Amino acid sequence: MNPWLFVWIPAIAGCMAYFISNDALRRTLWLSVAFLHLIGSLFAASPPLTLFPGAWFGFDSLTALFLPITSILFLGASVYGVGALRRDARMPHPDRLPRRSFRFSPEAIFSGCMLLFLASMSGVILSRHFGLQWVVIEATTLASAPLIYYHRSRHSLEAAWKYLMICSVGIALALLGVFCLALAGSGAIETLTIEGMLERAGVLKTAWLKLAFIFILIGYGTKMGLAPLHTWLPDAHSEAPSPVSALLSGALLNCAFLSILRVHQVCLPCGIGDFSRDLFTLFGLVSMGLAGIFILHQPEYKRMLAYSSVEHMGILSLGVGLGAAGAYGSMLHALNHSLVKAMLFMAAGNILWMYRTKTASAIRGILRRNPTAGALWLGGFIAIAGSPPFGTFLSEFIVLRTLLDQSRWLAAAIYTLSLLTAFVGMASIMLRMALGDPNPTETREKLDPLCIAPPLILGFLALGLGVFIPRDLHLTLIQAAQAIGGFMP
Amino acid sequence: MTPSTMWIGPLCGLLFAPLLPGVINRVKAFFAGRRGQPILQAYHDLFKLVRKGVVYSETSGGVFRFAPYLTLSAVILALFLMPMSGMRAPLSFQGDFLLMVYLLGIARFAMVLAALDTGSSFEGMGASREVQFSALAEPCLLVGLLFLSAHSGRVGLSDILGRITAGSWQDMPAMLALLGSAWFILLLAENARIPVDDPNTHLELTMIHEVMILDTSGPDFGAMLYAAALKLWIFGALLLNLILPLGPPSPWVQIPFFVIGMLSIAVTVGVVESIMARLRLLMVPKLLIGATALVTTALIMKMAVR
Amino acid sequence: MTTLTVLLALTGVLLLGSSRLSISIRLVAIQGFLLGMTALWGESGFHAAGLSSGLSGMLVKGIVLPWLLLFVLKQSGARREIEPFIGFGASMLIGLLLMGLSAWIAWRMQLVEQGLSPALFTVALDLMLVGLFLIITRRKAITQTLGYLIMENGVYALGVGAGTEFSFLLEIGVLLDVFVGVFLMGIMIFRIDREFEHIDTDRFIELRDTASGKLPVEAGEGVR
Repeated sequence: MNPWLFVWIPAIAGCMAYFISNDALRRTLWLSVAFLHLIGSLFAASPPLTLFPGAWFGFDSLTALFLPITSILFLGASVYGVGALRRDARMPHPDRLPRRSFRFSPEAIFSGCMLLFLASMSGVILSRHFGLQWVVIEATTLASAPLIYYHRSRHSLEAAWKYLMICSVGIALALLGVFCLALAGSGAIETLTIEGMLERAGVLKTAWLKLAFIFILIGYGTKMGLAPLHTWLPDAHSEAPSPVSALLSGALLNCAFLSILRVHQVCLPCGIGDFSRDLFTLFGLVSMGLAGIFILHQPEYKRMLAYSSVEHMGILSLGVGLGAAGAYGSMLHALNHSLVKAMLFMAAGNILWMYRTKTASAIRGILRRNPTAGALWLGGFIAIAGSPPFGTFLSEFIVLRTLLDQSRWLAAAIYTLSLLTAFVGMASIMLRMALGDPNPTETREKLDPLCIAPPLILGFLALGLGVFIPRDLHLTLIQAAQAIGGFMP
Repeated sequence: MTPSTMWIGPLCGLLFAPLLPGVINRVKAFFAGRRGQPILQAYHDLFKLVRKGVVYSETSGGVFRFAPYLTLSAVILALFLMPMSGMRAPLSFQGDFLLMVYLLGIARFAMVLAALDTGSSFEGMGASREVQFSALAEPCLLVGLLFLSAHSGRVGLSDILGRITAGSWQDMPAMLALLGSAWFILLLAENARIPVDDPNTHLELTMIHEVMILDTSGPDFGAMLYAAALKLWIFGALLLNLILPLGPPSPWVQIPFFVIGMLSIAVTVGVVESIMARLRLLMVPKLLIGATALVTTALIMKMAVR
Repeated sequence: MTTLTVLLALTGVLLLGSSRLSISIRLVAIQGFLLGMTALWGESGFHAAGLSSGLSGMLVKGIVLPWLLLFVLKQSGARREIEPFIGFGASMLIGLLLMGLSAWIAWRMQLVEQGLSPALFTVALDLMLVGLFLIITRRKAITQTLGYLIMENGVYALGVGAGTEFSFLLEIGVLLDVFVGVFLMGIMIFRIDREFEHIDTDRFIELRDTASGKLPVEAGEGVR
């Protein structure tokens, strides 16, 4: 299958969506593209992997892992998004300002930007050329900034501005890194592909390569939300519409992570793998620790979820920093975290719609008021906290075991302590919201099935991964871990 | 080059320096549509003042009597350090550019002391401004000299300035242009011209240089006026060394060109004074820092290119 | 080439000292133009390979984006002065320090041995630092956009200095990204101006972690 299709079809559909004024038609287009993308990515990712030897876009084991994640999440978010648009039409979102005159209807902009967002994320995952990768990553920022600003409130404006500014600056630094990468090689265009760099691994100048890695880690790390570069993340995640938050957290952060991994892939055969691994470990631990602190006493539940994303990005980064075994855990965790976090943001969206507030302390007894929403919220809590039946337990445990195997006692202590802090923080907030007696004046309202099915399915997928990992997936994970961690022990 | 010709430049300076204010005034008069005072007015003033008696205020002490002559002698000494018209200065040794900067500093110091000695608040205010602005202007001069010293690889003023040729302008036009424009601003600032200070203002509150010498009279005042003209000549010569590199064809060709160059600088100053308004006092530091920034940019880029 | 780099460095210093938004925007336009020229000229005379990127860079960075920003400035009722957290004189001095630092770094990297132009590297680093400095110390949203643009210019200058031969399509992609980015920022400045009646980003303090126990503004504040 030609990888260009994954980029072009959503891109063209996205541009078309701006100009379709019929809601039903536009939603059909949106959902069918999402569906097609999922079918295509599952087909492309199923072994045997057909490596497409393109200079620009191509498949490899990492792509085979990350592309389906993005597709699944996008389909889920799209279905949920259509449901959310439907219910918003009945009962406007609390943040929404009275409608002013817009050239395109807000929904057209929303669906168009969603599709462009999908196109750019697919581009990031598929790109084999570092320059092209930079272009599409910046494109993800540009496509998602209007999504964050969808509600057009002051808060969302502030969040979108911070997002656009901080990420653009970060990504500009990453471009510097790309140029350093070019300097490490000869600077010619064909050598800036991953294959080109790997072929010339012996003759690359390591000083420039180190510099390139630092800049790209800082640049794309901003986008990935590694602390202390995460400052845009809680604002953007809490102000964006919930399906967008789900995509930002579950798909976009992964894309940024993948882009850093690409450089790491080049660093490995050049003998500076230890250098990049140490940086991954450092950023991972800092992110986990900081996020844990911020989760405690977090007054807003969507912000709490955002900080939890920072924490889990820390786990991913730490896992890669531990070599192949950790990388396996990290890859598995990327998958688990995406599913669970997307599910949680969708559940949070339902709660926000029911209670019309983001303040956690104002919400009690979701389980009584609406058992479905409450069950999703509780299930999500158990999953994100890494409790046994869910896949997150497995992946977090693999990382911990690797830490212990390598006798990194301090790192293991920080890791466990941060997980514990986050657990306590999230438990105190989320359990309080779910349990207890609801305010008697509140009525029970019915949630749109389109807003329940996606988080439910994602939750079951995460549950399933904890019980059983399919062989194909296992192989893909091992290949991916080998690509970024050297040989498997 | 015979040693005796080296003295021609400074002697020209001693002789012709009072011409410069005259030329500036004539240009300003021309722009204002007046006939203006004679070009030689400054000479008449000097002769008149020398013949007059001196009045000292009761509050002033010995410093006040002594300062004008210290100022004048420091400036004259500085004049003899400044190479002119493509020839070496009569006094020159390694590192003499620091001495020149500090001689000018001593001249200013003496003037400031005299101003403070009068005990008048106006003069104290002028002194305070003079010191503030000169503190910002001095780096501009020094960094510029450092830049040229880096260019020539020498540390003597005559060597530094003598190494600038038409070829240097071809090599680094942008940097030398930066230096030239910064030094022109410096010339305006150091010599109390518009846009930094207005020599013709009648409001003591806005004066800088003029207010400092309000109390001096007679020959003392003459010394101050003469020192100011010489200072203008020194800065003009500095600028001219940079923008009009006179190669060594022969002293008798260089000197007329040099004098013509000096006069055209005076004309330019007159034009600037005619078409610009004085800056607000708050803006002056910004201008001077800007000038310093220009030369420092040139210096850093020079270092980077090396 | 040296002349171009010196002039580029000069625009950086002047940008730190300029107190009027319209002048700053014009300085950035000049900067974009000079950058295009550097790509066109290269280290030794006219450089045909840089033709497309040089011209497109000049067009986007020298004409289109500054025009867009000037338009935004005119439309928003913002005061035309830049209100800095750090004064202009101090900013300029810091700018000089940053330039010195860049020159020192360029010198330490021993670029000449690798056949790279240290002057261009100095300027590239300097512009990036100046851009970051402007983003941090100026409070208007439009100055932050300018800072981003300057920083981007610095990165671009480094690309020119590194002699990275991106293909034409990639160059266009990068420029398109920058263009759309600044375009979006422009639109958002409009909206910020309308919602907040100012474009001062230092008053963007409504979103924060009020972990100290104080409750945040209710999210329902938007409902009118």
